[in-house]
This record gives sequence, structure tokens and C-alpha cells, in this order.
Amino acid sequence: MQISPVKIISLLFFVFSGFYLYHAYQIRVFAFDENAPFNAKTFPILLGYAGIFFSGLYIALPEKRPANVNLSVLDYKRTITLVVLMIIYGVTILKAGYFLSTSIFLVLSYITLGEKRWFWVFALSFPFVAIFMFLLHGLLDIYLRDPLLKYLGIIG
Amino acid sequence: MIEGILIGLTTALSIKNIIMVMIGCFAGTIIGMLPGLGPMTAIALMIPITYGFEPSTGLILMAGVYYGAVFGGSTSSILINAPGIPGTVATSFDGYPMAQQGKAGKALAIAAYSSFAGGTIAAIFLLFAAPSLSKVSLAFRSPDYFGLMILGLTAVSAFSAKGHFLKAMMMVVLGLMLASVGQDTLSDIPRFVFNNMNLADGISFVLVVMATFAMSEALSIIFKGSDPTQAAKQISLSKLGSIRLDKEETKKMVTTIPRSSIIGFIVGVLPGAGSTIASFLAYGMERNFVKDEEKQKFGKGSVNGLAAPETANNAACSGSFVPLLTLGIPGSGTTAVMLGALLGFGIQPGPRLYQTNPEIFWSVIMSMYIGMVILLILNLPLIPYIARILAVPRAFLIPLILFFSVTGIYLMSFNNFDIYLMIGIAVVATILRLYEFPMPPLILAFVLGGLMEENLRRSLLISDGSWAFLWDRPLTLCIMVTIVLIVVWQIYNSYFKKR
Repeated sequence: MQISPVKIISLLFFVFSGFYLYHAYQIRVFAFDENAPFNAKTFPILLGYAGIFFSGLYIALPEKRPANVNLSVLDYKRTITLVVLMIIYGVTILKAGYFLSTSIFLVLSYITLGEKRWFWVFALSFPFVAIFMFLLHGLLDIYLRDPLLKYLGIIG
Repeated sequence: MIEGILIGLTTALSIKNIIMVMIGCFAGTIIGMLPGLGPMTAIALMIPITYGFEPSTGLILMAGVYYGAVFGGSTSSILINAPGIPGTVATSFDGYPMAQQGKAGKALAIAAYSSFAGGTIAAIFLLFAAPSLSKVSLAFRSPDYFGLMILGLTAVSAFSAKGHFLKAMMMVVLGLMLASVGQDTLSDIPRFVFNNMNLADGISFVLVVMATFAMSEALSIIFKGSDPTQAAKQISLSKLGSIRLDKEETKKMVTTIPRSSIIGFIVGVLPGAGSTIASFLAYGMERNFVKDEEKQKFGKGSVNGLAAPETANNAACSGSFVPLLTLGIPGSGTTAVMLGALLGFGIQPGPRLYQTNPEIFWSVIMSMYIGMVILLILNLPLIPYIARILAVPRAFLIPLILFFSVTGIYLMSFNNFDIYLMIGIAVVATILRLYEFPMPPLILAFVLGGLMEENLRRSLLISDGSWAFLWDRPLTLCIMVTIVLIVVWQIYNSYFKKR
């Protein structure tokens, strides 16, 4: 018997709702609020039960129109690479600075997606980010933290 | 009202705000044109920038983006038969056949004039409807608001995912669960924080919108291996033909526009319905109104068939502002994003917005007129050039969307944790999208979560813990009965109705 992926997602949501409900009951409220008609855990408890109800209903009822997804045609390699690049971008953005980490992220993403026109790869990374930073920092006065450019004396 | 209109005009006609409308319309057109990226993504990408402005300027920019994105969606529907947003699917029925007949310029002109007329007529309706409804809604109490919010969430779930009501309801619950993270607003008791100080203030609205729309849409395109710009490579975007309309075509539009504007506005006001249903309804209605000779042309390049959905989807955009501005309850995913942005500015939309912040209330309405004029003046002659954006390779498009998303959240918090959380939510949203779990109900629920809890709190405290407040007042009872009917009908329709 094959279980539909949506049923599996619903089952996961059912478990997640149970976990959420358990933690909702663990919320510590003030002693004088314990028996109040409404306190900090009332709404989360209702949500936990709602999650269990709707996911349980989906699991229990027959699927009339199951989602038809062909898993073999999905591009896992590029998607995972992009997600990893974003995580690395997130790690480096504060330490290496906005300009360098963003430009490198863009270059690597273009290459990951198969771009080979090097002029455009370069133009839409380092100069593009510099112009974008100028617009935000210079014109719109939106603060951009960049320790590297600050160290080099390019921004104040 | 005259005083309000003048306040609105003064604010909307300031040089800064006119520039913002122009930027909004232009940026919205470009983003909306790209298949798969709708107004919600366009507005989400703009939110971090708007926080640097005054609330009225920020909201004017977002309204411009909204209209621009709807107009941009029509362009891709007509030129490459790939609707940028669901609201422009009906546009492709007659727009694309016209383009194939070498009348792409004419089709774009009809779309532009119809959008302009529909949006303008609906903005006039809004001008009169919003203040009147504001006065009526002052009589609403907490139980009514609580009921209206559930009604909005149920209606959006029912309409946003045909045949997938339970999936949409799971998304609603997930959105409310995400909104419950952080300190309780009244008692400051931490909830679902797990000793992580980054979660103490809750999850940022911008983070959730960026993750579930901009970022997950970009990842979905790569994951599915689709190329939204592929179809554009097969047509000449510089040879679109004349944009001039003859007398007969103008005459046909003149009869279609008023009735489609009315239906579009009414559908737009209803929670959950939005521009998609408005455009399909207007298309179907127009088919019944026209003579048999014209009826035969529907689906083959009919002027009426193109003008009707285009008028209605723009009128619905204006209509969707009515519940947002008067009740503070968004009726669609896009207006939910705008509500979230307004709350970020520290402004609570609702019946009192009309009195407490008249400059915001009226300037948004006035900016709609200006936006429509700008869309017509700016976009129509520039369409052959703007349309080239459709040919931008996805290898550049996707990284730029991801970059704008990460930058948006970085600018707001300067915090790595938020970036990781956004990536995590985006990955989950990408998988959920693959299996047709709709995202608009999640956003709407996330935005309404705090307000819903607040109104439930008040209702339960006033009724001393009794749930009778749900049926004590006739208005609340009517709302609750409507909710029950929608839920029962949707479940019956999805699982028990014989096909």
C-alpha cells in the first residue's frame, strides 16, 4: 500500500500540533491568572486542538484529488546548492561584511544556475551590489553594517 | 469628506509620493510580469524599503506596487500566455489569441485602458463606500470582530485552494501558531521561545512573507526545473503592432467597462474572493451580455472578452481595500501583507483610522487615481521595452530574488538567526507548495493572529468565560452561521459530493 505524500505531511502536522499542544499546556501563567476565563495559554491550546482536528480529518478522509508530483524530475542538486549558499551567505554577512558576502553569493548563485556569460556574472554582482549599497546607504540613508568597508574607510 | 479628500490630495500629490507611486507602479509591473511572482512577492520585496519612509508614503508605494503587479501580470498573459498572477488567467483567454493574430499592441492597449477605467471607477466607489462602512463598523464589538476574522480566514481558505480546503485550513492553523511565538501581548509571558532570546519578540512578519513568497517561489522555480522566461524567448517583444484602437473596439469597451467594474468591486470587497474570481465572473457575465456574433469570438480574440476580466481584476484590487481600511481586516493575502506593513508602522487600520489618521486613509485612496494615471501614461508607451524583462534568464532572476529577500531581513534585524529561520521556513514552504498547500491563508492567519487573540480575550472576559458570545448578538450569530456553512459545504464538496 502506498501512502500519499500529502497524507504524510498531514501526519507530520498532526504530530507537530500534538507537540505544540503539549507545550501550550506547559506555558506558565501568573497564579492569579490560572483560573481566569482567558490567559496566555488559552489561545495556543485552542490552536493545538484545531491543528489536530484539521490534520486528523485530512488523514481520515479519502483523498479525492491526490497531488500528482513527479519526484524524478525535480532538480535537487541545484536547489540544495542554493540553500547551502544562502546559509553560507547568512553566516558570512555579519563577519565578512555586506558587500563582499553578497557579491560572492551572487557570483556563485549565477554559476550554480548555469550562467556562463562572465561579463554579466561580474556586472550583476560586485558593481551591482556597490550601486545598491549606494542607493540604500547614500541616498535613502538606510544603515548597512559592513565591518570590512568600514575598516577600509569606504563607509563611515 | 471634502476636507479629507483635500488632505489626501495634498499628501498624495507631494513630489515624494508621486515619485513613490511611479517607482511602485514600475517595479510592480516588472515583478508582476514574471510568471510565478505575483503582487504579494512584489510587495514583500518592498516592505523593508518602506520602513524608511513615513507610513503614508510607504503605503502609497505598496499600493502602486499592487496595481503595477496586476497590470504586469496581464502583460505576460497577453504576450506569452503565462499569467503572472491568477487574477490575469482570464485575460489570456482572449489576449493571447489577439497577440497571435499580430495585434499584441492592441491587446495591451485594451488591457491598459480597461485596467485604468476599472481601477478608477472602483476607486470612486471606494471613496464613498469606505467612510460609510467605517461609520457602520464602529458598532461592531469584539465578538463580531473575532467572528469576522474567522470568516475571512475560512473564506480565503475556501477560495484560494479549490478542492484543497483542509490543506488551506492547516495552513491557517500553522500561520496562527507562528504568530503565537514570542511574548504574550498582555502578560509578557514567553510562549514557544525555548530559551532562545531571538524568539522573545516573536517571528517578524517580513521574515514570514519573504520566506513563504519571494524565497519559496524562487526555490520552487529551481526545484521544479521550470523557466518562467522560456516562452518569452520564442516571440519578438519589440514588434508588438499598433496600440491604437478603432471606433468599434472603443465602443465595445465602453459598454463592457461599467458592468465589469461593478462586479469587480463587489467581489473585491468580499473576504477571500479577490481578483481571480472577479475576473472569471466578469468574463462569464460578459459572454452572456454580448450578442451571439460577438459570443462566437470569445476565446479567439474578443475585445469584450479581454476588457471584462481586465476591468474586473483592477476594480477588485480597489474593492479589497474596503475591509482593510474600514474594519482593519484584510480580505486577501495581498491586503494581509499590507496590513502587516501598517502594523509595522504602528498604525492599526480599522473604523477609527478614518478619524485618527485621515492623511493615511485619504492619501491611499487618492494615490489610487494617481497610480492609475501613471500606469496608463508610463506603462503603455514603455510596454515594448518593459516586456523585455520577460527575457531575463532565470540564472540571474532567481539569485537576485534570493538576494533581495536576505537583504530585506538583514536590514531589519542585523541578525544571523533571522536569516537561518527565513531559509528554514522557505524550505518548508517550498515542499508544501509542491503538494499544493496554499500560502495566502498562512500569511493572512499570521497577520490576524494577534488581533484574533486580542478580540477573543476581550469577548471571553466580558462574557465571563462563556462561549455564548458567539451567538448572543444577531450579527455574530449570522457570521458564525456563514462560517459553519462554508466549512460544511467545502468538506462536503471536496469529499462527499459525487462527481
